[in-house]
Amino acid sequence: MKRWHIVLFLAPAVLIYSVFSALPLLDTLRLGFYATNDAGASHFSGLSNYLTILTDPAWSSAFWNAMCNNFKFFLIHLLIQNPIGLILATFLSLKGLKFARQYRTFIFLPTLLSVVIIGFIWQLILSPLWGVSESMMNFVGLGAYFQPWLGEEGSALITLALISVWQFVGIPMMLIYAALLAVPEDIVEAAYVEGASSWRIFWEIKLPLILPTLGLVTILTYVGNFNAFDLIYSVKGAIAGPNYSTDILGTLFYRTFFGYQSQIGSPTMGAAVATLMFLVILCGVGAYFYFVQRKLTRYEL
Amino acid sequence: MKKNICKPLSAFGVHCMLGGYTLLALFPIVLILMNAFKTKAAIFDNPLAFPTAETFFLGGFEKVIAKSHFMLYFGNSLTVTLASLALILLFGAMAAWALSEYKFRGNRILAIYMMIGIMVPIRLGTVSILELIVQLNLINTLTALVLVYTAQGLPLAVMILSEFIAQIPKELKEAARCDGVSEFKIFFQVILPLIRPAVATVAVFTMIPVWNDLWFPLILAPGEETQTVTLGVQQFIGQYVTDWNSVLAALSLAVIPVLILYSIFSRQLIRGLTSGAVK
Repeated sequence: MKRWHIVLFLAPAVLIYSVFSALPLLDTLRLGFYATNDAGASHFSGLSNYLTILTDPAWSSAFWNAMCNNFKFFLIHLLIQNPIGLILATFLSLKGLKFARQYRTFIFLPTLLSVVIIGFIWQLILSPLWGVSESMMNFVGLGAYFQPWLGEEGSALITLALISVWQFVGIPMMLIYAALLAVPEDIVEAAYVEGASSWRIFWEIKLPLILPTLGLVTILTYVGNFNAFDLIYSVKGAIAGPNYSTDILGTLFYRTFFGYQSQIGSPTMGAAVATLMFLVILCGVGAYFYFVQRKLTRYEL
Repeated sequence: MKKNICKPLSAFGVHCMLGGYTLLALFPIVLILMNAFKTKAAIFDNPLAFPTAETFFLGGFEKVIAKSHFMLYFGNSLTVTLASLALILLFGAMAAWALSEYKFRGNRILAIYMMIGIMVPIRLGTVSILELIVQLNLINTLTALVLVYTAQGLPLAVMILSEFIAQIPKELKEAARCDGVSEFKIFFQVILPLIRPAVATVAVFTMIPVWNDLWFPLILAPGEETQTVTLGVQQFIGQYVTDWNSVLAALSLAVIPVLILYSIFSRQLIRGLTSGAVK
């Protein structure tokens, strides 16, 4: 064997990745089929964990509530974060724009901060105690509309999603910006010479060309959102209050795994929840690869 | 070409939008930083004012540093981040080189196997990772975090570095091989220096999620001695939630290192983001 150097080059990465990422993931999928009895011994139990989660009233209401909230959380990102990112990127990519680099740098900055820190900062700002947002709203004459948004069942989830949008808008912005810069100059030039308005150039030339990037941004948002945890946990705790109105799959997973209040944690139930999260993410990624990306590559130059 | 954008009126509109959004992006951070340096009365009376000679107050910082182990947490975060980064870059580059340079059976499958980690969050394997870490007797150690973060960062590193390595001209490697240089020497002395810019980009990308992570420190290393900054801030603020000076100071202390890093690396990061996506 004279090609042993290949093995040496590959071994560390493949080993660490397998032992601490790929195999635990597979093992978690396996554990979802087991149950632990009171003595702590685990035994194979088939689909019973999944049946409990999906049919037991106490479990299924929590699960579907988290799932539904998670979809809302994702939709808000999809409908607000990505369009704002697109608009900002379109402006940034205009030729001859001054201060483009400064804008880019500052708008991207919040993305780098820990979600925990961002969560607390907004918690303080939106707190009626401090009144920063209340007095600023008074200043523009909207003071009467101020509410403790993070504390109310109806608005807490939306507020948290908007905080997350505020933080992460830099990512779609940058990816779309890069795609816009890659649009071939001569096509745009030719369209312009033909008399197309910049509005039309955007809709009929640039947008179709950056569709693959928009697809990528969507799937990244999807995976990120269905894996979210930190923001809800740091602002609302593991209970995801008020009254579970901000509970998403990540917090449900944490509670199932570690337990809370009167309920004790269960690794096997936790594994089942993780498996369901895995399936949700897999469906999204699969749909992206089979439908979106395959259709979109046709547009690529 | 320039005409359609540089009409003064529309340029003004664009600057209004971008400038407005920039203010929105910076406002919360600036608000926290400036209030952290004020007395409690000033924080409440006039939150939107910069600290003046009268309202300037460092008590919050003194309390945070004296009462909590903030410096220890910084040290932990720094150790974990740097160690994971070193392992990700070294092992990632080695694997990327092997996968893109040598043809061997299973090459493609191995590449796909590594890529899966980009799309599937490692967090979903937490139940088994925790068991494994307990079995290895690594619970509440920084080593556990380093290993998990290395596994988490490798797929993206391998993908990005493979692309760069594939662009290196064949002649360079062939010339070295003709001279009888060993494969290891070629990698460490010819290839690694050539891909330095890509390595820097990957470093910035990998560093951020590791430094900011809450999940794994919370689960694998929640002990007082091994807390990272993110977890430390989270718990500190939970305890002192009504002591606004301390809370604001703690938040500032957690924000400042990132601000410093960003001002140093922002160009590298943005170049990486834009060049990576163009391809």
